[in-house]
Formats: sequence, C-alpha cells, structure tokens
Amino acid sequence: MGQDIKNLVDFLTSPTLYFIEFTLAIVFALKFRAFFTKKSVITAFFVVMTVFFVWAFGDPNFNRIITKPDNIPIIILLATVVYFSWLSLRRAYINDELIKKGEPTVEASMGKQRVFTWPDLVYSELIFLVLFTAVLIVWSIEITAPIEEPAASARTPNPSKAPWYFLGLQELLVYFDPWLAGVLLPSFIIVGLCAIPYIDVNPKGNGYYTFEERKFAVAFFWVGFLLFWVSFVILGTFLRGPNWSFFGPFEYWDLHKLEPMVNVDLATYFWTGMLDMARPTNPIIREMPGFVSLFIFFVVIPKALEKPLMNKLFNGDRAHLIRYHVMMQLLLWFALIPIKMLLRWTVSLKYIVGIPEWFFNV
Amino acid sequence: MTEPKNSEPELVSAPLRGEVSRRGFMSALALAWTAFGLASAGMLGACVRFLFPNVLYEPPQEFKAGFPADFAIGVDERFKAAYGVWIVREAGGFFVLSTVCTHLGCTPNYLPADDKFKCPCHGSGFIRSGINIEGPAPRPLERYKVTLAEDGQILVDKNTKYQEEKGQWGQDGSYLQYDA
Repeated sequence: MGQDIKNLVDFLTSPTLYFIEFTLAIVFALKFRAFFTKKSVITAFFVVMTVFFVWAFGDPNFNRIITKPDNIPIIILLATVVYFSWLSLRRAYINDELIKKGEPTVEASMGKQRVFTWPDLVYSELIFLVLFTAVLIVWSIEITAPIEEPAASARTPNPSKAPWYFLGLQELLVYFDPWLAGVLLPSFIIVGLCAIPYIDVNPKGNGYYTFEERKFAVAFFWVGFLLFWVSFVILGTFLRGPNWSFFGPFEYWDLHKLEPMVNVDLATYFWTGMLDMARPTNPIIREMPGFVSLFIFFVVIPKALEKPLMNKLFNGDRAHLIRYHVMMQLLLWFALIPIKMLLRWTVSLKYIVGIPEWFFNV
Repeated sequence: MTEPKNSEPELVSAPLRGEVSRRGFMSALALAWTAFGLASAGMLGACVRFLFPNVLYEPPQEFKAGFPADFAIGVDERFKAAYGVWIVREAGGFFVLSTVCTHLGCTPNYLPADDKFKCPCHGSGFIRSGINIEGPAPRPLERYKVTLAEDGQILVDKNTKYQEEKGQWGQDGSYLQYDA
C-alpha cells in the first residue's frame, strides 16, 4: 500500500505529467473558483498535504531532499504561495459577486475607514520585525548553512544546482542555447514586466481584487508566476537529481540511472526521418525546416491573429497596432518555452534550428 | 495670389561682452568631446591591457603525458585536474578531449559504467568520442592537438583545438595513430 502510493507519486511527478497536472490545477482553480475559494477546501488541502508530508517523512529518499537545508525555503514557499494565491482568488471572487449585485467592493467599503499610522501600523510592523528576526536567528543556529565541498575545476558537484530562486532559469538552460536561456529570455522577462503598464491599459482592478474584470491579466499572472517560476523552482529542487536527470521524490538518487534520452535536431527529423536522405551540408539549407517553423511561429501567427485579436482587444483601432505586436512577440517567446519543453520530453527534440558552426541554436 | 512679403526684420545678433559666440561654443564643445573621447579610449585601453597580464599562473598549455604504451584502452582521467583534458585511447590511437562542456562550461563527469561524459549542470551527455548525444549541449567536446614528442612521449598542445562541427576532427594532429 505505502509503496504503491510512493510509486504513484513518482509516476505523477514525471516531467510531462507534472507540467500537465500543474497547468490543469491552475485551470481548474480559476474555472471553478466558486468551489476552490471556500475556506473548507483550502483547509482540507493543507490537512491532506500535512498528513502526506508527515507520512512521507519516514521515507529515506524523500526525507533527504525535504530536510536538505537548501530546500527548507522551498517548503515554506510551497505553503505560502498556495495560501496567498488562494487568498487573492477568494478576495477576487467575493468582490466579483459584490460587483454583480451592484454593490461596492470590499476595498471600496474598507477605504472609508481610517486608522492611524502610529500606533496601529507601526506597532504591528515592529512586532513582525521582532518575530521575523527571532525566526531567522533560530533558523541560522539550528539549520547549518549548506556549504559544499571546496571548489575544484575538475570536480563539479553532482547535481550542480543554482540557488533555489534561480532554478527556474537553470531549467530553461536545459532546453535552450545559453544565449537564449541565459541572456535573451531573462531580458524578455525584465523588459516584458516593464512593458506591462504600456501594453495593458485597462484601468479596472486598480486598488481592489477582481478576476472577472481582468481575466486574461490574472490568468496570465498565474501561469507566468506560478507555473513558470514557482513550479520550475519546485521541479528543480525536488525532481532534479544527479547528472541533472529527473527523479521522483521517493526515488533513490542513482548516479547511474540510465535514461535513454538521445536528442535529435529538427533538421535530422526532417531530412533523415521524413525524406530519408542525408542531412545537407550547407547549414542554411539544412536548417530550412527550422527557419520556416520559426517564421510561421513569430511572423505568420501574429499576422493571422492580428484582425480578430485587434478587434477583440482594441475594438479594431489601428493606433494600437504596435502595442498588439509587442504583446504578441512577448507572448510567443513565452509560449516557446513550454512548447520546447514538451517537445523535448515527448519526442526528444533538441533544437528547432541548430547551427553549432555559427553558435546559433534555437 | 502673391506670396506675402516677409516683413519681419532679419535677426542679427552681435556677440556681446561676456557672451559666448556660436563659433566659440562649438570649439569648446569639440575640445570637450575630444578630451572625453581620449580619456575614454585611454580607460578602454587600460582595461584591454588588463586582460593580458605579464605573468600567467596557469599550467603550461603544452605538456608531455607519458609513453603511449602506459595507457590502457579507455578514458584516462589523470590529467583532468591539472590540465583539463581527458586522454582517450582507442584500438587505433589517441585523441585528447577538453573537459569543458560545450553548453555552459561546467566540467562533466566520466561515467565508466555507461562509458559517457555527463554534465551535472544541465544534463548534457557525450559519448566517448566526444559527440554530444544528450541534453542541451549544441556541439561535441573540443579536441586538442596530440602528437608524439621526439622522446616518444605523448605531447598534448592545448593551443590548437579541433571542433567537429567545423569538420576539423579529420585534420592532422587531432588524432594520434598508434598501433601497439
């Protein structure tokens, strides 16, 4: 029985399934928010999770990753992110119901009340400051710093993990060329965040929680932050083991876990697999399938969607054309990440365009 | 319709005492920019010079690795720590692989059981020849020049490298023919 549950958890945390489950969880949470925002649901969730953790604590492999000093922030992150996401959704749901009835939102009613900065605010700030400092002191004394072996050029720790908050970026590096995953995509994250106020000019939702009035924005935040940042941090922390292979949480970290994962470029799939001929030697011709795919993805798709989406988002006002295309480019780069990951996990695709001769790989 | 005559008087401003003339302003600007440009160029030059130190505290790029007969068939890891190379002996001869992963520069581990090099950072894998098969590494491991020295020892020269994707693995020096 116990072993069956462990095997099931290991099976469910294989990368493709993990990603799909996480996506479905977000879709269901947002879709059936009337149910999921109930207090009893979140209480039940935390009770089940606690029982699971207490039970799983006895497993040596699970215990090893959970109690690693590096990973304790992730456990805290796991609980707090779930709780605060739930809280925001609950507030949004309550407000949406109020708006439907034509009543002022909770924040609008609350805004009429006034409290003093001193003592009301400063007192609670001081109390939390003291509490937090105390917790950090106990933490730093009780849990020793996870310092690794002395640095040596010939010995890289196995696995070599980035600090936990960068594990999402490290995960991207598995699927993309360093230039893309290490330079371009992080730049897009920063530029895209800066661009939000210029792209999203919807004034609704200012100063109060709502989901109905800005479904796309909230849903995109859930996908972008929870799925593509938090879930990758969890994936990198708990599911990546020696040689950067995937391991279930109950699986032994076997250094010699044999994974048949010979990766294949799109060019090889096209020339050798489909046309049954040798790969052309000229890189430009060889990578034509990749170039065409990227052209369709980054040029044809936004152009084809221009009319319907412009009508839907901006009432067909051509003045918003640049806004639309900037948004589409950012979204498409974002979409490239899950596409590439799923292709890697399912059909072992390595690069869509792979020209190592010129260091150009997508 | 006739063009309306320009009735406004032409504006002529003579330089007043203490005022900067246009020409004077331009030359001051040119001087300032020249000075700034020279200072920047000097700083850049100093930075570039910094990249070429007078003394290098690194092992020599050329070293002798012992006699070919002392090597068994397989991957020799003895020179990994000091020189950053794997010396691989096959039935037909030798080649020397760099221990730098071609993805992001971590040091892969050699797994004798699987006979492959596996990078712990992002999971790139290379078979014994150095060809990349797994993970994100876009190209095979680089090979270094390997020849026989006059005294019969293996001579590795890290100044010359051979990259498979550029078709250099067939070149002289990338492979040392040796039949025992």
